[in-house]
Amino acid sequence: MKNQRTVTFNHNPLLKRDLPVWRPRFVLLALLAGSVTLAGRAFYLQGVNDEFLQAKGESRYARILEVPATRGRITDRNGDILAVSTPVRSIWAIPSDVKLEPADARRLAALLEMNVRELNDKLAGARDFVYLKRQLAPEVAQRIVDLKLPGIHQQQEFRRYYPGGEVMAHMLGFTNVEDKGQEGIELTFEKQLAGRPGARRVIKDRRGQVVEDVEAIRAPRDGEDVTLAMDGKIQYIAWTALRDAMTTHKAKAGAAVVLDVRTGEVLALVNAPTYNPNNRANLTGAQLRNRVFTDTYEPGSVMKPFIVGLALDRGKVKPNTAIDTSPGRMTIGSATISDSHRHGVLTVAEVIQKSSNIGTVKMALQFSPDEMAHLFEQIGFGAPLNMGFPGEASGRVRPPKTWKPIEQATMSYGHGISVSLIQMARGYLAFARDGELVPLSLTKLGTPPTMGRRIYSPQTARDMRAMLEMASAPGGTAPKAQVAGYRVAGKTGTAHKLDGGRYTNRYVSSYVGFAPASNPRLVVAVMIDEPSAGQYFGGTVAAPVFARIVEGSLRTMGVAPDAPLTPLQLARKPGDAPPAIVRESM
Amino acid sequence: MIRVDAILVALVVASALGVVASQHQARKLFVQLEREQTRAHGLEVEWGQLQLEQSTWASHARVEKLARDKLGMRPPIPAQVVVVEPQS
Repeated sequence: MKNQRTVTFNHNPLLKRDLPVWRPRFVLLALLAGSVTLAGRAFYLQGVNDEFLQAKGESRYARILEVPATRGRITDRNGDILAVSTPVRSIWAIPSDVKLEPADARRLAALLEMNVRELNDKLAGARDFVYLKRQLAPEVAQRIVDLKLPGIHQQQEFRRYYPGGEVMAHMLGFTNVEDKGQEGIELTFEKQLAGRPGARRVIKDRRGQVVEDVEAIRAPRDGEDVTLAMDGKIQYIAWTALRDAMTTHKAKAGAAVVLDVRTGEVLALVNAPTYNPNNRANLTGAQLRNRVFTDTYEPGSVMKPFIVGLALDRGKVKPNTAIDTSPGRMTIGSATISDSHRHGVLTVAEVIQKSSNIGTVKMALQFSPDEMAHLFEQIGFGAPLNMGFPGEASGRVRPPKTWKPIEQATMSYGHGISVSLIQMARGYLAFARDGELVPLSLTKLGTPPTMGRRIYSPQTARDMRAMLEMASAPGGTAPKAQVAGYRVAGKTGTAHKLDGGRYTNRYVSSYVGFAPASNPRLVVAVMIDEPSAGQYFGGTVAAPVFARIVEGSLRTMGVAPDAPLTPLQLARKPGDAPPAIVRESM
Repeated sequence: MIRVDAILVALVVASALGVVASQHQARKLFVQLEREQTRAHGLEVEWGQLQLEQSTWASHARVEKLARDKLGMRPPIPAQVVVVEPQS
């Protein structure tokens, strides 16, 4: 053990060799570089590019919530609710996540009101997302959520209800399942009515409760309410009158519109056949059609007052000018036009009263086609009213250069020209308003419109009112338009329908008029399509509808009667015997 | 010196506790606010539904039917109408 080598660590032979100087420096530098890189990276992540990590962190506790916005209500001019949205829930599923026990499936199917096989079919699809049922009542949806089934979720939606149902259907239109307007007012005022959902970022705690509002990303904006010009009562009166006429005359369709003379507001707009906007299964096109706006028809004699008005206005005739209509037939070119009765010599007023085609044509042919076309254009025939209502029809007025004399003649009594009912009703505003036309309004106006367009002189309008009143008096074409207590004025129309370019023995009966005749407040236009119970003259089919609407509406509006009620009872002074009505009601 | 430090430490601790307490308070109040807002929204929805219900009950068709069938009402015939002239 003598030669025992003593090795001490500080006598490591390796250390004895001189290391090159660069080696320790290199290691030192490498370490330094490493730490600088780390510091730089840390600075980069926390100082420069910090969004990524912050977003990652935030996603653990921050959530973006959608704040639903409600669609605006639609009310009538008295503030009665016509359309309102209420929240409902839709149940949807991610089929791949859904694992249903048979018992759960049965319970779920029962709550969804479908059978189990239907439910399984929906879940068997290859899609990632499937609606199981839309627009459920919130309570039912809550019970489904309480089942705590995997892969079954709910979402909030809105459903629109229309308490007026079929009465208001065509005026209001409806919304689709996404609560977007599809028809009628709902589409016209979509921008105003639609709400804009908001969004906000919140912090949620472990139990999912919101503990802090971080920021509002977008404030929700509820849709604005729309107040219509429509009067619910007048609408209902018009609808019942039209419905009853449809049944009595076995008509194919019908429409009526009521305008406020002073403001141009649309007080009522009804169509038949109609539909229930709350339950739109099995809708047909005929039910959906808004005939007031989208259908055009050949108006027939309703057109005559415009031409006679032009003749009066230009001084070609006076109300008492005599016109010979005998022998009740007239040949223009190769065609013959005729009156339904022989009238002989008539005054201009009687031409309107008896609705003589010959008399009107004789006045119309004193004008050039351009003059007549200009009149039509001024009244607004041949161009849409641009009220924003979906599918507004423009009607058809051919360019005057192509008119033949016979066409000019037939147009003067409303054939060979087509208009929509709303255009025709608006045209009669000119007579009811002392010769001025105003734009129509679907919404309630604060102030009556001032800018009217003058079509006729006030004197012409007054003369025409007197003539139209004669037309609805005994001896005229529409004594059935008369209303107890009010003087009415108006014109009947009975037009053959065109089918494949030929006139058939099917008719459109119409009546357009206004009341009270002494100081008009309402223009009412009624159109009945293909009455098929024997009667088809405007005076017997459409005029009674007009009378019912006028009678009910004027009473609703509280307009003082301008004709004696027969027999009239006057209120007595206090102390006198009470009037008969009081005794009877006791 | 130590006394000053102790006071400062005590102040810091107190303020820290204050922050915690007020934060907690704020969150509690916020949850409450949230609840009230939800309630307000719920009430608004309920109001809409009640309005809907009201207009369903008060629909003209229903009123007319009740008036005619149940109460035996009808529009007055002209002979029964009394016109009151305004005094001039």
